[in-house]
Amino acid sequence: MPEQPEVSIRNLSKSFDGIEVLRDVDLEVKSGEVVSILGSSGSGKSTLLRCINWLETPDRGEIRINGERIGLQDKTQKPMSRRELAKVRTQLGMVFQSFNLWPHLNVLRNVTEALIYVQGLKKSDAVERAMAFLHKVGMAEKAASYPATLSGGQKQRVAIARALAMQPKVMLFDEPTSALDPELVGEVLSVMKDLSSEGYTMIIVTHEMDFARNVSDQVVFLEKGIIIEKSAPEIFFHSPRSERVRRFLELDKVV
Amino acid sequence: MSNWEILWASRDVFWQGFGNTLTIFSISAVLSFLLGSLLLFSMEGVRPRLKIPLRIFIDAMRMLPFLILAYLFYYGLPSVGIRMTAWQAGVLALVLYHGAYFAEILRGSRITLSSGQEEAAIAQGFSRPTMFLRIILPQLVLRTRGVMGNQLIILLKDTAFLVIITVRELTAAANSLSSTYFIPMEAFIVVIGFYWMISLALEQGIRFLGRIGEKRGFNNA
Repeated sequence: MPEQPEVSIRNLSKSFDGIEVLRDVDLEVKSGEVVSILGSSGSGKSTLLRCINWLETPDRGEIRINGERIGLQDKTQKPMSRRELAKVRTQLGMVFQSFNLWPHLNVLRNVTEALIYVQGLKKSDAVERAMAFLHKVGMAEKAASYPATLSGGQKQRVAIARALAMQPKVMLFDEPTSALDPELVGEVLSVMKDLSSEGYTMIIVTHEMDFARNVSDQVVFLEKGIIIEKSAPEIFFHSPRSERVRRFLELDKVV
Repeated sequence: MSNWEILWASRDVFWQGFGNTLTIFSISAVLSFLLGSLLLFSMEGVRPRLKIPLRIFIDAMRMLPFLILAYLFYYGLPSVGIRMTAWQAGVLALVLYHGAYFAEILRGSRITLSSGQEEAAIAQGFSRPTMFLRIILPQLVLRTRGVMGNQLIILLKDTAFLVIITVRELTAAANSLSSTYFIPMEAFIVVIGFYWMISLALEQGIRFLGRIGEKRGFNNA
């Protein structure tokens, strides 16, 4: 029996105001795999990622996390209740481009909040787990600081710890370094690289070509909502099948 | 006996009025804040049909002089069979009236809260009520602390209207002493002092919120 994919996306389509941003997207991500999604802006890559945890509601298609359907009831095809949705979402951790930390809570409480009020952990257990993950991203000594006092790179590392602390099966990264000053990109990428070597399953929307080349197991290229290339990084970056990807890579070199 | 000495001799009347004002104010402040929060939560809720009547309620309250509402509840409602004590009518009027204002203050700030924070909460599996209580409301309170403090002071001043529906609060105390001994000047100066005291204490509370806010980077409230 073939191994069940951790994330499976079938025939996913999505339009905004009649404009199709995703068309019949298929993608399978195996456990421990790192998948980078590339494409120019407006190609639908963020929408694809946001559909995976149902922050966007697709028009058609199905998404399964470890075989479990997200968004719609398997039998009736009716939308899930918020509670059911929240339960499936616990398998997914999400990291946003703009960090989205909660400014009224300090770093530690940003991480413990969902552990206590969603997962129902005792406070002492939540703090212990949060500190372990803050340590992992190198932010333990900032536990008492408020987000407003942190640099972008530090904020994003806290956001990663916050997502990791929920112990999801899959981590979703939506352009995690795009809002960062160039000198802060490295610290975030290095945390992500560590995660990939620890065997986390990761789906990453990114513009960081070197990172995609060195860390991914699979590179996906989206263009106008269609996957036009899906291959291993060696193939993708050296002998892409499509002319469009070749042009995209050349432009990247010129810049 | 000088006028001041007369007032000092009747200080129990003031203390009783002060106690009543403080009690009415505290109960109404807490309840109207809760009502305002509940209104906001319901208006952004999953039932769109609820939105319009709540909106109408809020606007209806805001377009009404508070005095009329107090009159209506105490003198008007008994004619349709609803009888309340002066306290009940007074507190209910204060809560409904100022609850509408609190809802409007919170809503104004709610609109400008970044949607990304909510998405992060949703992605972490927060339920709607928990997200509202833990993530959204605390920020709205920190952001609107100035306006909120203002509204509380207006609420405090509106408690003075309850004298006309026979609540024995501060203004009623001054009123009765001034007419018993005919010393309106001194009597009213004393209650002004009391109102100032409560307001200054309120300002201190808001300043404390301000320090919490500043530490978290909420400086532009």
